[in-house]
Amino acid sequence: MASDLAIDVHGLTKRFGKKTAVDHVDIAVPAGEVWGFLGPNGSGKTTTIRMLCGLLHPDDGSGTCLGLDVVTQSEAIKRQVGYMTQKFSFWEDLSIRENLEFVARIYELDDQKAKVEHTLERLGLVKRQNQLAGELSGGWKQRMALAACMLHEPKLLLLDEPTAGVDPKARRDFWEEIHALSEEGLTVLVSTHYMDEAERCDRIVYILNGKLIAKGSVAEVIAQSGLTTFVLEGPHVRRLLHTIQQQPGVDYAGFFGAALHVSGRDRAALEKAIAPYRNQPDITVSETPPNLEDVFIHLQEQAK
Amino acid sequence: MTRAFSFARVYAILLKEFLQMRRDQITMGMIVGVPLMQLFLFGFAINFNPHALPTVISVDDPGTLSRSVVVALENSSYFEIVAETHSPEAARRMLQEGKALFAVEIPANFTRDIVRGTQPDLLIEVDATDTAASSYAIAAVNGIVSTALRDDLKGPLASRTQGPPPFNPVTHLLYNPEQVTQYSIIPGLLAVILTMTMVLMTCLALTRERERGTYENLLAMPASPVEIMLGKIAPNILIGAIQSAIILLVARFVFDVPMIGSLVLLSFALVIYITANLAVGYTFSTIAENQLQAMQMTMFFLLPAILLSGFAFPFDGMPIWAQWIGEVLPATHFLRIIRGVLLKDNGFPEIWPDLWPLILFMFVVMGIALARFRRTLD
Repeated sequence: MASDLAIDVHGLTKRFGKKTAVDHVDIAVPAGEVWGFLGPNGSGKTTTIRMLCGLLHPDDGSGTCLGLDVVTQSEAIKRQVGYMTQKFSFWEDLSIRENLEFVARIYELDDQKAKVEHTLERLGLVKRQNQLAGELSGGWKQRMALAACMLHEPKLLLLDEPTAGVDPKARRDFWEEIHALSEEGLTVLVSTHYMDEAERCDRIVYILNGKLIAKGSVAEVIAQSGLTTFVLEGPHVRRLLHTIQQQPGVDYAGFFGAALHVSGRDRAALEKAIAPYRNQPDITVSETPPNLEDVFIHLQEQAK
Repeated sequence: MTRAFSFARVYAILLKEFLQMRRDQITMGMIVGVPLMQLFLFGFAINFNPHALPTVISVDDPGTLSRSVVVALENSSYFEIVAETHSPEAARRMLQEGKALFAVEIPANFTRDIVRGTQPDLLIEVDATDTAASSYAIAAVNGIVSTALRDDLKGPLASRTQGPPPFNPVTHLLYNPEQVTQYSIIPGLLAVILTMTMVLMTCLALTRERERGTYENLLAMPASPVEIMLGKIAPNILIGAIQSAIILLVARFVFDVPMIGSLVLLSFALVIYITANLAVGYTFSTIAENQLQAMQMTMFFLLPAILLSGFAFPFDGMPIWAQWIGEVLPATHFLRIIRGVLLKDNGFPEIWPDLWPLILFMFVVMGIALARFRRTLD
């Protein structure tokens, strides 16, 4: 095992009945990096994360998490990993403080009181510490969950869609915290559907139908896709979507705000497809580097 | 404008309910299976009229008439002779240990005295801690003996069969001489109430975590299955202890139930009994997927505890197979322990035969719970 890899797994596979939820996934995350884990719903993100933290036994594959074997040492992994579940899974009939104290006790931490105080302060939960977790709004719940899974000072954080249903301000604060943690040397693997969050990651991996199909920095993933994207803007572009989608060379067309993004891998064909619109007075056509969303939707369409 | 009441909307909800019911097949199976099983179980098992009551006979008379009495008792369905001895003390000890409910003493010269017409005593000692079981049999014993003697008293002795019985039946009701029903019911109630509340306390222990989504989090933490089980059971032992104290106080001061045995010994047995029941509930919670299922499992356990433990109906009136089920249930053993300690001043040696099954039951059930507990979400 290379000691600078926090996660190093090969051929990780999980089957539920006949369905292969995760199909030979390789992930190698260097210590201290923040990796984004992307993919449509049901693509196997949660299953992969659960295998990494020992909550599911892989049917196939091997590897290490923090240098510990994911198949045989899952109990030891649990002690060093902070796992934040997709659905809020702390005790709603306990207060924030009581939840944190419970976690501190169950991990048998030294100096529990000081650690709970410190964590409450760090995440700005001091004022709400006596509120029941069930009464908190989505943003505060997620903050509390983060506090609870950092309490035992894990070396690796596995966050499963931590910001789903959380408002933009709370999301931004959350990510500031993630980056601060990463600067302290923590490794983070975070699954998300938000493109802006993906762009905050050092690397992203994209998983589809259980298979890992793209990996690298955001720029690399975009470059790998070989996609060209044109933007059509104007008062009537909404009407064009249907016709443009049918054109040869157009792999994918869709709206981005009010603008119509038209993407394809065959640049020449794409040029030809949009040529008729270049001369229309109320439509402006420009080229843009494809963004991550274009790439992902394209990848997803391609798989169909 | 929508109508105030619409059958179409009722139908929509009705249809949705049916669809949801169909998806929860375990519950549907239990809804059909539980009443059927219980109907058959209890329909065949329950018998108000006890039979085969364990009886010890001490015979001090070699005569033919005492032989006839023994044979008659043996042949009647009420009694089952478990031992024959020559010393009344040995018979008394068997009553104390709960090995026999009846002791019939045939005194020396029984045959001679009947022939002489001096009406010898026939001593019948009864363990009256279970009033329901004893009263029927007491009523039956005179008739059985008289009938037996009638066949033997022939010729010149035939006149002995006329008028009052040729012997003098002396009935000693031990441990509960007035046959106060409360004395046997109230200690039994403690056993039944504890089974009900203790199983209910823990049957949702994991089911609730699962339903609320906190189960995944609990599993991701470094707590082992044993630690989780003990942590969840332990606080309820205290609740059970408080409950027991309340019931015992009411029993003592409201119902005047005698408490002649050691309360320390009883408390020890109580803790084991409470823990055994909590372990049952916890095991249910490792199986039940939702609260309804957990509740049904609890009912499934509770009914036999009431009906087959000897609480509601005499244990010895049940067919053998039902007695075997009863022997498995902790309530059966605890019922014997508590009646024994409170009413008969049983000590440790006397309750041990019912204490070890409780301890064994507790560990077996905990073992099942641990085997059922998955450390992963697989």
